[in-house]
Amino acid sequence: MESKSIHNSEFAHKRLKKRYGKERRFRMWGVAAICFALASLGWLLFSLVGTGFTAFQQNFMSIEVTLEQSIIDPQNTNDRETLRGANYRRIIQNTMYNQFPDVTERKAKQELFALVSASGATNQIRQMVYNDPSLIGKTIRVTVPTSDQVDQLLKGYIKRDVPESRRKISDQQIAWIDDLKSRKIIKKKFNTILFTNPDSRDPELAGIASAVIGSVMIVLIAFLLALPIGVGSALYLDEFAPKNKFTDLIEININNLAAVPSIVFGLLGLAVFINFIGFQRSIPLVGGMVLALRAFPTIVIATRASLRSVSPAMVDGALSLGASHTQAVFHQKLPLAGPGILTGSIIAMAQVLGETAPLLMIGMVAFVTEIPNSISDPATALPVQIFLWSDSAERAWSERTAAAIIILLVILVMMNGVAIWLRNRLEKRR
Amino acid sequence: MNQNLLYILAFMAILVAAGYVYNRKSVLAQARSGAVQNGRGSMAHWHSQANYHGYFTAWITGLVTFAIFIGGVFIGGSGLPFLLAWLGVIILSGLATILIVNRKITPQFRARNYVERFIKLSLILLSVIAVLTTFGIIMSLLFESLRFFDKVPVLDFLFGLQWSPQTALRADQAGQSGAFGAVPIFAGTFLIMLVAMVIAGPIGLMIAIYLSEYASKSVRKIVKPLIEILAGIPTVVYGFFALLTVGPTIRNFAEGFGFSVPTQSALAAGVVMGVMIIPLISSLSDDVINAVPQTIRDGSYALGATKSETMKQVVFAGALPGIIGAFLLAISRAIGETMIVVMAAGRAANLTGNPFEAVTTVTVQIVALLTGDQEFDSPKTLAAFALGLVLFVITLILNVIALTVVRKYRERYD
Repeated sequence: MESKSIHNSEFAHKRLKKRYGKERRFRMWGVAAICFALASLGWLLFSLVGTGFTAFQQNFMSIEVTLEQSIIDPQNTNDRETLRGANYRRIIQNTMYNQFPDVTERKAKQELFALVSASGATNQIRQMVYNDPSLIGKTIRVTVPTSDQVDQLLKGYIKRDVPESRRKISDQQIAWIDDLKSRKIIKKKFNTILFTNPDSRDPELAGIASAVIGSVMIVLIAFLLALPIGVGSALYLDEFAPKNKFTDLIEININNLAAVPSIVFGLLGLAVFINFIGFQRSIPLVGGMVLALRAFPTIVIATRASLRSVSPAMVDGALSLGASHTQAVFHQKLPLAGPGILTGSIIAMAQVLGETAPLLMIGMVAFVTEIPNSISDPATALPVQIFLWSDSAERAWSERTAAAIIILLVILVMMNGVAIWLRNRLEKRR
Repeated sequence: MNQNLLYILAFMAILVAAGYVYNRKSVLAQARSGAVQNGRGSMAHWHSQANYHGYFTAWITGLVTFAIFIGGVFIGGSGLPFLLAWLGVIILSGLATILIVNRKITPQFRARNYVERFIKLSLILLSVIAVLTTFGIIMSLLFESLRFFDKVPVLDFLFGLQWSPQTALRADQAGQSGAFGAVPIFAGTFLIMLVAMVIAGPIGLMIAIYLSEYASKSVRKIVKPLIEILAGIPTVVYGFFALLTVGPTIRNFAEGFGFSVPTQSALAAGVVMGVMIIPLISSLSDDVINAVPQTIRDGSYALGATKSETMKQVVFAGALPGIIGAFLLAISRAIGETMIVVMAAGRAANLTGNPFEAVTTVTVQIVALLTGDQEFDSPKTLAAFALGLVLFVITLILNVIALTVVRKYRERYD
């Protein structure tokens, strides 16, 4: 007869089963948590790409425009001001009416004209005539963007089967659009406007060019300021500082600054740089300075980590050959820590590029329709542009917002990729 | 004027470079002639290398010209004669400095020691910027807040239940109308933080536990960077995601059950913020769980405990301080997060505990009060700084506690 120990009893088996069940469930929770996080990431990317990818193409209208002398410059003065102020809208209207000569009613004519991006087309022709007045009197073929409603219809976001009263495009307009499409006058092309234009009130003319230039300026200024501050502080704390209350204070400060909410840096910039020193609002110079303060603690932390990873043998070797402490640090340790510092700085700059809230505080939310030429011109930044566009609920805007986000994410991925590539490459050389 | 300053700075840079080149060459020439006379290696009896004499000259030249430059800025004249005189003085004094230093060059001169002292000094100055930044933050927040509390009593601000600053728009209304009771804002901030932590706390912790205790090396190598991508996505992107996708999804879902939920709700903002915080909690917790010595786990396994029992009853207890630190940092992050709530939480103050309603937060109000055009002295704009002060103090306390807890914890196992 086998004796039933407490580890072998019915109860013990049940208990063991229960415990193993718990173990399995615990493990499953872990897997579920990872799945949730990855699913969120996937959902985010999927919804952004799904919304934004169509914005990379846009419908354009290729029309023949007759630049009539009688409309542009009836007195034949050839004066620059006359050329600039001429009624180009009239010319575009005539061109559109010529597409469908049988339209005579006033309201129908308005609807017909609404198919083309009015300000886009007039600006384009004005620029052409202004640059080359000899074009007056000739007939030229130009490619202009359609209005955003036409674009949205042809992309399928305005449904044709909803009742006419509930969409912004009438049945008559849809018939015209289909006709123009079949005559190959309306064509879908790659949307260069998105990349080359500054911001605009019309979605079909809005682009990210000024925001990208602003962002590049901000990131460069932040990099030029934050790198010396960050590396200098790290070198001092790790290599030169005596251990005392003052260096403790610096160290606590840097660790804490890395965790201060970014909007607080914006308040600092507003109070100190703009109100106290008197810099202008919404310029990249102030944005870069504020974000340099935001970014340098990250660089300090990265620099200290890579300084510590340098083998002490390198420094000892230099010292034993008669180098001074400073020489050993600057000639041996710093170059060896270089790849780590560079990687850390690029990652810090990726953070700077995505930072929005501090820029809102220093007034970089202005509606900027010109591409900034210098670091003291009003500008906006790519994430701020995204924020501004996200305010409009229309499909044409959310499409462009998502497209701008895709561009931002691609740049961030490239920056991080370069950081990783540089680190691998420079580390192999050793 | 700006352009002229740039030209002057360019001349100063040229002078500095010239000082370096000229005196370095001069040292090399002296050394060569000395070597011919006494037949020894050229730099052998020099204290410092030629480079250091050059750096020393450059540094002194830079210092002298910069002092004159600053002097000129303070005098602040204008017009061509002033600029030319200014530039002339700078150039002459720069050249004089180079020549005077040149006279001082001897083999015994300890140029390197001076240069190294300069380097150390400039490194100290650079690291003081961190202290200055914190000082600047505290002073600017405090100063503006005090001006705000002149107009609105502190207790009304901290404990008032009415928040409607927008009514104080006109100058003659300032101070007398517009309610600045911040309790609804604090409540909204707390509510959204709570939703975010309910999502991010357990999920981040489970991810950390799974990755450190269960996952194979190859799974860990793939999953960990993927999760960290979540931390690299800019918050404005999360905000748009909440606005475009999560908010409408929650609304439609609730409509299916017959509720009406606005697109901008505490739930939508909180859930998305939670997703953003997951990597913060998971990577910090991962670190502290890994820091618990393997021997402690082995002891538990030897007593017959399963992995999950070891985790829950042994490792977790050991890692608890570190995990609390991670949670505190995450809470501080959630309170200070701006773009997600600005885009997805709503602007109207609403004292409620219901996550399905729109609430507002401290950061949303700061943005709302400071974007747009208004004069700087109105209580409306000053209120933003008072809110900023509250935000800074709370996050500072959380950060300091968290950093101390984590450091104490590290020392325990080191």
